[in-house]
Amino acid sequence: MSTYRIHGATGDWEVVIGLEVHAQVTSNAKLFSGAATTFGAEPNAQVSLVDAAMPGMLPVLNRECIRQAVRTGMAIEAQINRWSRFDRKNYFYADLPQGYQISQLYHPLVGEGSLTIEADEKAGIPADKVIGIERIHVEQDAGKLMHDQHPTMSYVDLNRSGVALMEIVSRPDMASPAEAGAYLRKLRAILRYVGSCDGNMEEGSMRADVNVSVRRAGEPLGTRTETKNVNSVRFVMAAIEHEARRQVDLLEDGGAIVQETRLFDPGTGTTRSMRSKEDAHDYRYFPDPDLLPLELDEAFLDECRESLPELPDAKRTRYVEALGLSDYNAHVLTAEVETARWFEALLLTSATAQGKQPAEVAKQAANWLLSELMGALNKAGRTPGDGAVTPESGAELLALVGKGTISASIAKQVLEGMIATGDAPGVIVEREGLKQESDSGAIEAAADQVLAANGDKVAQYRGGKAALFGFFVGQTMKAMAGKANPQVVNQVLQAKLGPAGES
Amino acid sequence: MSVDKATVAKIASLARISMDDAALDRMVPELNKILGFVEQLGQVDVTGVEPMTAVIAQPLRLRDDVVNADPLTGGGVRDAVLANAPAAEHGFFGVPKVIE
Repeated sequence: MSTYRIHGATGDWEVVIGLEVHAQVTSNAKLFSGAATTFGAEPNAQVSLVDAAMPGMLPVLNRECIRQAVRTGMAIEAQINRWSRFDRKNYFYADLPQGYQISQLYHPLVGEGSLTIEADEKAGIPADKVIGIERIHVEQDAGKLMHDQHPTMSYVDLNRSGVALMEIVSRPDMASPAEAGAYLRKLRAILRYVGSCDGNMEEGSMRADVNVSVRRAGEPLGTRTETKNVNSVRFVMAAIEHEARRQVDLLEDGGAIVQETRLFDPGTGTTRSMRSKEDAHDYRYFPDPDLLPLELDEAFLDECRESLPELPDAKRTRYVEALGLSDYNAHVLTAEVETARWFEALLLTSATAQGKQPAEVAKQAANWLLSELMGALNKAGRTPGDGAVTPESGAELLALVGKGTISASIAKQVLEGMIATGDAPGVIVEREGLKQESDSGAIEAAADQVLAANGDKVAQYRGGKAALFGFFVGQTMKAMAGKANPQVVNQVLQAKLGPAGES
Repeated sequence: MSVDKATVAKIASLARISMDDAALDRMVPELNKILGFVEQLGQVDVTGVEPMTAVIAQPLRLRDDVVNADPLTGGGVRDAVLANAPAAEHGFFGVPKVIE
């Protein structure tokens, strides 16, 4: 149970949240026409006569868009409806040339499913929580309006008109901004694993309508408002916080909540009423007479199921149970599909390079990826995806450490070189002479110098200050420019110093 | 089923059709006649009959996900798309300013 409450003047209030997420389906062509869907094209360059609603043009459904929506439904373990149908949602707006949106109200493609958000104590989510998903239906996107290009006109770009969207409707199962944020992130991760939506919120590939109501503990649901088109996880959380507080203040002042559509202003973090949509809720839906019902056969569904990748929850469990990784590492590695792919490529090449089983090198690979590589890339302002370090070059570096060719601390230096130059680790080690020195002769000479220069400390060590051993190791490593094999250094020093004296 | 004047006025407004009072008064009985005519269908007992979705039963045809496979239903035809626009500027449709 979430403990999130809005503290009002008259007591505490619970918040009830449902999200309708619009996710752009990854496809080459639009839902009902052959025009391209690429982001950022010249205005109206990707508009067919179908998308511009020219008289006589008829919609023909894109199979791939249906396939992606079905695969998404399977990924949230939802019921897939073998019989679904398209309806017209009628309203007038300058970005909607047809005067209606083709959508699915009565018979959606995907029915009841769910996803699980993970426990996050810090965010006030004490345990894993299942969030219900009521349905996913497929519909057309509208065009885009620009209001700031001309003093008296708005400009209309129809490139997005007719692009396929999945509307993913959650149950009102979330009780805090943090839960809503976790739901959105998890949904985004699943979509990206499945490959049905790129999840890019900046480009508008994912937007959320946020339904919020408040109530006192144990009371029935309050009246909700819907804040439209919020385009980042952070903004969704801010919109909920503001809207819940506004509703509590209004109710405590003796007012009533009006069921209405609101807009979020990212500049101020507030919501305001969208009066123009007041009577727009009368959409007069009816079955689209241009389209027959959509019927899916077993072969189609089988292909959808078989083409699904391993999903984040299953992957996470496998990383813990089969690879022996910590819960935390497994979570971080599986949260984004790119990270998981990178890790698995690293794991495979690493195991091959070291002649071991993947489970034997998994911890080393996971630790290196999450602490060393991520840290070094962050420091250099780079990302794993930009190719400075590949899973192959990473595996080569890990193999160099595994075989004792270089020490772990030198590996950090080599990694920085890899990021800066893009060269292979072996090349950098050769070029900069970084090979680990295991020759005990050279190490002994260095150790002798250190011991000679620190006679007082040697005396203290022999007198019982055993902790000084680390000092001698450090000094000897320093004298060897960090390239000495630490095990050999230990052996040499132990032989020379003998055991620390009794004190 | 029948409609009153207020309902007709609302439908007209939703459909963005401007109707004065006289036009509404004329339209109410006309619409009610149409509704009455269609309502005769209610006399047929359709218990247990699946709603018909098409006169000839056939599955919905699907297209492959290929861009501009058929030039008639593909993009890249901006000039044709904008040809009838009263105000096309810089490749956009220009419309009277609509802003929230």
